[in-house]
Amino acid sequence: MNIEWYIVLSSLLFAVGAMGILVRRSPIVILLCLELMLNAGNLALVAFSRMVGNQEGQVFAIVVMVVAACEVVIGLGLIVAIFRRKLPLDVDELRELRG
Amino acid sequence: MSATAWAWLVLLLPLLGSIVIALGFRVLPAKAAGAVGTAAIGLAFACGVAALIGLLGEHPEARHHASSLWDYASAAGLDIELGIYLDPLSAFMVLVVTGVSALIHLYSFGYMASDEGYHRFFSYLNFFVFSMLLLVLAGNFVLLIVGWAFVGFASYALISFWYRRTTATRAGMKAFVINVVGDIGLVLAAFLIFRELGTFDYEAVFAKAPEVFNVNEWTVTAICLLLLVGAFAKSAQLPLHTWLPDAMEGPTPVSSLIHAATMVTAGVYLIARTHVLFDLAPTAADIAAFTGLATLLVAGTIAIAMTDLKRAIAYSTMSQIGYMVMGVSIGAFSAGMFHLMTHAFFKALLFMAAGSIIAAMANRQDIDRMSGFWKAMRFTSLMLLIGGLALAAFPFTSGFFSKDSILDYAIARGGMYAWMAVGGYVGAFLTALYTFRLIFRVLPGVPCPEAQELIETGHLHHGEPINPANEELEDPDVGFPGPEHHIAERSWPMAVAMSVLAFGALFAGLIQVPGVDDVLFAWLDPVFADSELSHIHPSVGAEWRGLGIGGVISLLGIATAYLLWVRRPELPARFRERLRPIYLLAVNKWYFDEAIDFLVVRPALAIGRFADRTFERLVVDGLVSGTEDVVGGGGRIVRAVQSGFVRSYALLLIVGFAGLALYFLLSSS
Repeated sequence: MNIEWYIVLSSLLFAVGAMGILVRRSPIVILLCLELMLNAGNLALVAFSRMVGNQEGQVFAIVVMVVAACEVVIGLGLIVAIFRRKLPLDVDELRELRG
Repeated sequence: MSATAWAWLVLLLPLLGSIVIALGFRVLPAKAAGAVGTAAIGLAFACGVAALIGLLGEHPEARHHASSLWDYASAAGLDIELGIYLDPLSAFMVLVVTGVSALIHLYSFGYMASDEGYHRFFSYLNFFVFSMLLLVLAGNFVLLIVGWAFVGFASYALISFWYRRTTATRAGMKAFVINVVGDIGLVLAAFLIFRELGTFDYEAVFAKAPEVFNVNEWTVTAICLLLLVGAFAKSAQLPLHTWLPDAMEGPTPVSSLIHAATMVTAGVYLIARTHVLFDLAPTAADIAAFTGLATLLVAGTIAIAMTDLKRAIAYSTMSQIGYMVMGVSIGAFSAGMFHLMTHAFFKALLFMAAGSIIAAMANRQDIDRMSGFWKAMRFTSLMLLIGGLALAAFPFTSGFFSKDSILDYAIARGGMYAWMAVGGYVGAFLTALYTFRLIFRVLPGVPCPEAQELIETGHLHHGEPINPANEELEDPDVGFPGPEHHIAERSWPMAVAMSVLAFGALFAGLIQVPGVDDVLFAWLDPVFADSELSHIHPSVGAEWRGLGIGGVISLLGIATAYLLWVRRPELPARFRERLRPIYLLAVNKWYFDEAIDFLVVRPALAIGRFADRTFERLVVDGLVSGTEDVVGGGGRIVRAVQSGFVRSYALLLIVGFAGLALYFLLSSS
């Protein structure tokens, strides 16, 4: 298969994720979209790795997954904390840090 | 021991005395401060005599030694040593300073006995003597400036000694500020000397100056004029004299020591010391001579109008220093120094006698309230009379010989200097007049209530402590001149000190009688031998003719005073009416204070106000708040970005990254 397809798919996934972050207001969905973007990156990494023919891209993809897992833990922890304080689960409402 | 070793001891002893008293006043017994202080100065005088004997053993031409303890600073062609210079002139000054100071310490031992600040007083007084000796013995201009400034500080500390008196603290500040003006002159002169000659050392400067400078070259004239600024400020010459009368706020021994006998003669010493430079700048020397003449006449007229006993004597001091400045400026160096010495004796004595009378008046100084002290205080009155006779140059007293030796020289030099001598004789008449005005108003007549109390009960008048300057009630906590007063009749240290000075005032002139003996001039003349002017000598006949004129003028002045204030006491009031403008001019001290206020103080205040109200508000504040506005405004604009909307941050992030990616893509292709 040609590399272009992988790149196109990866770009589409990335765009979907970025769009989701921009338009959705629920923190859970934003986290999902972030995950989507990271994995779009992973897909590109793995595809390039196959194309070049060495394993470095795949190793890097696994590192990204670990980072993504950590990020999800922190993100979900934040969401649970927000929920426990009975704050609205809406990133537009949570804007105390404005200048 | 060598002469210079003794000179170092002369310097060391007063410094030690000052430190011991200042640090040990809690542990020392009550009256020890006075004893320590007096002993330190007495020993310094003894060391001064030893140095003199050392010098006497040498050939007159070889009597000058420089001695240095260590290098202060030595870099880049600059070499400042902690060095002294001992020659007949500095040895003479050392003896006058320590001798008179020792007697005044002794006097203070009695006079200040009841003062709360007894230790402080003696510590300051010893420090003053140390500073003055440093000034006199310094071997280079840097050390001279150090001594010069120390003396100014000591004077400030002692004028403001009774620091609860607002008038005293203000007078102290005034003296300090005017002295600093003089210090600036001296420092600038030293800079110029270093720039032109590359050294601060006296011997090197005086050796190089005639080679480097042409006569009346502007640099040497500028140096001399700047030196004169220093000399005039310290010696209370016009127009920097206004601090001296105000300095009378200090205790009387201070007036006697600092503001009559020693410190104010520093300017005379400076001119004599730097006579080599003044020889190269005759214009500056003439300016100095005319200032001296003007001062002696102006101060003489003011002294006639003053009703404050101490202030009248202070103006007389100014006037006498005018003679000295005139003398050393026209070339009568030794004569000027001679007058300095005799003046130290009789003026210190006059102040001491005045202090004794002021104590009997419970600190009142107004001569309008005084009369009849001859009956109440015989010894003090006698001392006042002796001091007055010497000051008025009564024949065969010390002032008679010293004053006329200056005027005789002026006549011998001829030309316009002879006319200066005429001015000097007018001043001599004024001197006799104002001196005996004081004496005739204070001593004879019906005793005033205070004197009467002393005669009848034997007790000193015990008045409320009142500041004689502004009639305010004093704060006696700091020992306003003490809970009780001391007069010479009841206090042996005061009486001894005054007797010795009275002896000096009467007979010190006899060491230099024209045609009879030549002790002082033979001693001092080698110092000035390099000056052309010092070789002008009036003939013995001319000197005796001058002495005759001086004696007649003195007697005439005394007779006029007798006529005005004893025989026809209504006459002065009529003169006051008739000559009202002149009287007003004199009683208002020729409006010098007002003139300085108008010409210097007010413009300075106006500049200050402009800087405060206009410059500060507009320029300085404008700069500061302008910067603040720029930063604050910038912050306000940037703050809008920080909206708190997470999604807008994300958008910015994505747009930014996309932009960057696009940029790299485009630039790589």
